[in-house]
Amino acid sequence: MESKLGLDKTVIDECRGFAEKITGDLMGFIQSHTTDSVERAVTRLMGLDGTDRIGTPYPNVLVDAVKRSRGLGQGIAAASADLIAYTGGALADAVKAIADKKLKLSDVPALDWDKRVEIVRPLAEAGLAEIKSRADERNSLRAAYPMSGPPLFYVIVATGNIYEDAAQAVSAVANGADCIAVIRSTAQSLLDYVPYGATTEGFGGTYATQENFKIMRRALDEAIQREGRYVNLVNYASGLCMPEIAAAAAFERLDMLLNDSMYGIIFRNINTYRTFVDQYFSRMINAKADIIINTGEDNYLTTADAVEKAHTVIASDFINESFAQRSGLPPRLMGLGHAFEIDPSIEGGFLMELAQAQMIREIFPEAPIKYMPPTKHVTGNVFQTHLVDMMFNVCSVMTDQSIHLLGMLTEAIHTPFVGDRYLSLSGARYAKNTMRGIGDEISFKPDGFIQRRAREVLGKAHEMLAEIVDISLVESLARGMFADIHRDPKGGKGIDGVVKKDDDYYNPFLEA
Amino acid sequence: MAQQDKKGIVKPYGDAMGDGAVQLSFTLPGVSGEIAEEAARRLAGKMGIDDPYVSSCDDIGSEMTFIVLYGKVRHSVDIGQIKGFDRGDEKIPNMKVIDHMIEEKLGRVITAVGACIESDAHTVGIDAIMNMKGYSGDYGLERYKNIRAINMGAQVSAEEVVREAIREKAEVILVSQVVTQKEVHVRNLTRLVDLLEAEHVRDGVILVVGGPRITRELAKELGFDAGFGRGTLPSHVAWFILNRLLEKEGRA
Repeated sequence: MESKLGLDKTVIDECRGFAEKITGDLMGFIQSHTTDSVERAVTRLMGLDGTDRIGTPYPNVLVDAVKRSRGLGQGIAAASADLIAYTGGALADAVKAIADKKLKLSDVPALDWDKRVEIVRPLAEAGLAEIKSRADERNSLRAAYPMSGPPLFYVIVATGNIYEDAAQAVSAVANGADCIAVIRSTAQSLLDYVPYGATTEGFGGTYATQENFKIMRRALDEAIQREGRYVNLVNYASGLCMPEIAAAAAFERLDMLLNDSMYGIIFRNINTYRTFVDQYFSRMINAKADIIINTGEDNYLTTADAVEKAHTVIASDFINESFAQRSGLPPRLMGLGHAFEIDPSIEGGFLMELAQAQMIREIFPEAPIKYMPPTKHVTGNVFQTHLVDMMFNVCSVMTDQSIHLLGMLTEAIHTPFVGDRYLSLSGARYAKNTMRGIGDEISFKPDGFIQRRAREVLGKAHEMLAEIVDISLVESLARGMFADIHRDPKGGKGIDGVVKKDDDYYNPFLEA
Repeated sequence: MAQQDKKGIVKPYGDAMGDGAVQLSFTLPGVSGEIAEEAARRLAGKMGIDDPYVSSCDDIGSEMTFIVLYGKVRHSVDIGQIKGFDRGDEKIPNMKVIDHMIEEKLGRVITAVGACIESDAHTVGIDAIMNMKGYSGDYGLERYKNIRAINMGAQVSAEEVVREAIREKAEVILVSQVVTQKEVHVRNLTRLVDLLEAEHVRDGVILVVGGPRITRELAKELGFDAGFGRGTLPSHVAWFILNRLLEKEGRA
């Protein structure tokens, strides 16, 4: 693709090089540590599910018990092997016995490495085979029911009741939605466990549970057959349970997961190191499950100024790209994020939006770029917001964005009503249809405002990445270089869940 | 307009004074086509809307119909009967201005401790007001240079809030209560006031409560200085804090 912006390829290559150094500096820590949530995800991938009598998920029961008795340094897979050998039964039965206080881990003898591998490997292989069959299923459905061309229309449902969500999702699909994201209940990201079963109550969203995933998947699969096009199901692998959500999503054929390498640190005050370890493993699972990740750069612009801090978005996209690559995600699964958040009262603001959207498109040509709608400068005047959203739709179509999260006219008022979604989809469909092919017809004036804006933003991102190379990513987060929020690497939630691996640590999913 | 002011009666204005013109949009489940239109008109009639006209009636899937309706509302409101509300002429300044005024007029950094107390696990309210990000484009208190905002998060006991406020020499305590089932918020809020009084620190702090079901009347009744409901922005809270502190020092 010829650059319409005349971007300097050496600057882009250098940015990539910086990002690689930045993430490379953290790989030593990431590979020598594990977390409670990584280990719980391992148990899920080995097929452990269910809860004890008071509702504590079995993965938590097991990991907590192992942590208390012998520590997690050898990994939960090692302890699981010991348990299976000792009880002679299934892992779930052993965990039930622990929950019922009929079995003490201190009584369970430790096996040697080879024996452990021999016991656990078949469980891991079964889990991976299951995940692969889900991915194959997706491929054949997409062959039979092809997806819409870009941009894919992405809408949110968030009633708190999964059955209500399913009905609203089906309505949205009938009106042209291609991706359905079920927003999670407020503060789920700070729960250190994944809730269990179907849920009908939530606040500002619906709990992400494996059963809820299944219910929504079934509703969408029916809609796919009715409408004749594939519809993607989206949820959130973020917060304290990033890898576990990824595991549940892999089993239920979710298609996309919000999965950012830094969002939890910055916006949820989750410990820096915990997040880096969790994102690495969660993305490895996503790579195996062929799930597209969505990164959260849009959030930077809801706190920091969208004109002055546009470069932080692109800098973060480079970092997210590099982390994703290290987890084995190919570019086609990297839904790198950005947003349309410039104050509508700024003269020439739309030109800057065009410059930035086009720039990200060109820098990440194979990535399914995720474009987020205006949320900051909308006031509750639904008619005005509908117009601002249309400008966003226009920008998205002109710059060939891949995943287009629809703005809602009731943004800043409530989670979308079913009718709001209908109006929004109608507007977006109008833009996509009437402007089809416009991107191919456009070139930008050499050294005009748009080209200069793109160059300026890329230049600043280059500068920022160079600075991060010098001071380290951890220090840049402490200094508030992203979203103006400062995060102390020694603070934040979930820090107790970061564990140094022993020399004989075993995790079958790291080798597969 | 003069005619309307004299009587103090207001009703919507579309094209002519007193026509009561309104527009409504809503979704009706389980109906479609002409039946949906007629259902919408009858519904409008029950809402006190005369001459309902369905301008748009779209099938939106899942057996639902999206309606846009125009009509003339029969009702009016006597504004002379409205008591206890601001006249709406106070325009709350933005963060920059408030921050500057704190520095100029108060001359110190205000420490504010905030939490969603007791069993309530919803950080959404306290975060909207305190977090850097703020709410609806209005920056949170953490972003103010002259406010030291300490957000303790959710499920914080009243005791912990009081202890933190004393330790940090807070001038302001902000509490959020989102869950109001079985009046649990009233119990939680009363307990906090009791504890502050027991520690003899109630008079030393400005005590503010917020939440979707909180009203200023309820807040006053429970012994709070202010109560903020749905749609409150961080700048509303900051503005109140500044003015109350100035008032306390006789500088308002």
